[in-house]
Amino acid sequence: MSGIAANTVRQATRLCAKQSSSASTLLRTSTFRAATISGQKVSRRGYVSESKKDSAQVSIDTAVRADQKAFFNETSKLPENTIVGGTNVNADAMMSPMAGVLKEATIMDGGERPIYLDMQATTPLDPRVLDAMLPFYSGLYGNPHSRTHAYGWETDNAVETARKHVADLIGADPKEIIFTSGATESNNMSIKGVARFFGRSGKKNHIITTQTEHKCVLDSCRHLADEGFEVTYLPVQTNGLINMEDLEAAIRPTTAIVSIMSVNNEIGVIQPLEEIGKLCRSKKVFFHTDGAQAVGKIPMDVNKMNIDLMSISSHKIYGPKGMGACYIRRRPRVRIDPIISGGGQERGLRSGTLAPALVVGFGEACRIAKEELPYDSKRIKMLSDRLLNGLLALEHTKQNGSDSQFYPGCINVSFAYVEGESLLMALKDIALSSGSACTSASLEPSYVLRALGSDEADAHSSIRFGIGRFTTESEIDYVLKAVTERVSFLRELSPLWELVQEGTDLSTIQWEQH
Amino acid sequence: MSVASGAAVQTAPKVRSLYRKLLRQGEQFAAYNFREYAKRRTRDSFREHRNIQDENQIQELLQKGVKELQSLKRQTVVSQFFQMDRLVVEGGKTGKQRGDRNDIMRQKDTGWVSDAQAMIW
Repeated sequence: MSGIAANTVRQATRLCAKQSSSASTLLRTSTFRAATISGQKVSRRGYVSESKKDSAQVSIDTAVRADQKAFFNETSKLPENTIVGGTNVNADAMMSPMAGVLKEATIMDGGERPIYLDMQATTPLDPRVLDAMLPFYSGLYGNPHSRTHAYGWETDNAVETARKHVADLIGADPKEIIFTSGATESNNMSIKGVARFFGRSGKKNHIITTQTEHKCVLDSCRHLADEGFEVTYLPVQTNGLINMEDLEAAIRPTTAIVSIMSVNNEIGVIQPLEEIGKLCRSKKVFFHTDGAQAVGKIPMDVNKMNIDLMSISSHKIYGPKGMGACYIRRRPRVRIDPIISGGGQERGLRSGTLAPALVVGFGEACRIAKEELPYDSKRIKMLSDRLLNGLLALEHTKQNGSDSQFYPGCINVSFAYVEGESLLMALKDIALSSGSACTSASLEPSYVLRALGSDEADAHSSIRFGIGRFTTESEIDYVLKAVTERVSFLRELSPLWELVQEGTDLSTIQWEQH
Repeated sequence: MSVASGAAVQTAPKVRSLYRKLLRQGEQFAAYNFREYAKRRTRDSFREHRNIQDENQIQELLQKGVKELQSLKRQTVVSQFFQMDRLVVEGGKTGKQRGDRNDIMRQKDTGWVSDAQAMIW
């Protein structure tokens, strides 16, 4: 009797085991069916089983990782894997035939992303700035010019606060700040605006600028020359500074505006703004300065320097790109002819709806720049000295531009007997440039260096190092080590270097034509 | 005098706690430059203001620090979402840097491979 009972029990358990094993094969073959079956089972049994955490919820960790992977594919573009648009050549070969040889010179272990030392081109967005901007990209989307509802008022308030921050940074009144899309637009607006407004009466038809100005100023002046204005391009001394006597001699009774940049974007020299301002004020000529590289980096005061118009860029001071401002003095009033006409925003000088997020970001960047100016400049000076001393310790290197009147965050050094572009390729692990970003696509030597009177070879072999708020000591040390190693490597390859080592003066060589 | 010192006794742990929180949060930045800056700036500004005695000023700075901490908390998360490859200087740097800089052997981050190997061994 008991034997039969034991048998049934055994049979029952075997059946159970069989069932469960078939269930598991189902699971393996089709998860979907398995899921429905288990669902049925659950309903039959009458209790709810918990599903796995990962399948039911969006785990932040997994989402972050998935996003990172996708983003990484987008961002980690190495020159050898990048095909230059319009050709089927990779970026390496495009930029230099030497790249293949230099592969050995470039050591990349650990991370692969280059160190960023091109702070004159643009700067990274400060996380604090982004933090101030984000609300205006999510909740606060009102048009700041809407006067009839709260959405407009709140963004308008934020815009006016930002305007105050910008004005505070340069010692101006908030009403004198006009927001634009960037320093290029500000430059165009100032130069063309003043020239056209005062040119209308026919009395003023002369503009003075320098040869080392940024392309957008030079091009605006060229445009005005086409319209019948006379333009004087002042030469600069070999240290990059203008000669005050030259300027004084160039000013005529018909001069409408003098435009001289504060800090040069390629060699970093600081022009004597105070003296220029004083001279222009005494001659009753408007003084415009392109302060894109200066504002927030060196102390600027429009009243002390007698500046009438100034261009400011947001993305050079750790703010968002696509944003800038133009300072236009109110007392004595500078009148300009607006380039963009429309709804009359910004006192009618620059119509078009403002982008509150960008404006707020720009304002925050200015606020931070003002607050951190002493700390940042002390630190940048320290890093810059370290880099410059190290680089000049190499033989046959020299700093371009003035060695006393320059912004320490911009160092331009010439490495004789090395081709600048090859060196840039050899320094693939460092993001550098030989000149301004606008001209980095061409292999022409920089016109700024040519204006200083340096010869073709020197202009070709120069590299610009930009140091900023987020540069670290170990980055500087890495750069110094890499540059030292690779400059000597490239020089070993150069026949000219061999001649120099033998003591031949290169200028005496008669090169054969062919 | 006694009032001031009594208040100082109360604020000192608060300040220390904020300092630690700021450093710990700054460490969370995925981007190397921001991470280093956050740590450096925290350290330097606390050092700069270490001798301040005025209670009001201390409170003001504390408020500022708390605000920075909140911003850091948001921005480190953003930074982690948009993480890029590490910089060449970072490497897999381990250990403390002593003497000459950049002399630490950089180690490749082996990730899951080492785990798999560990399982085989």
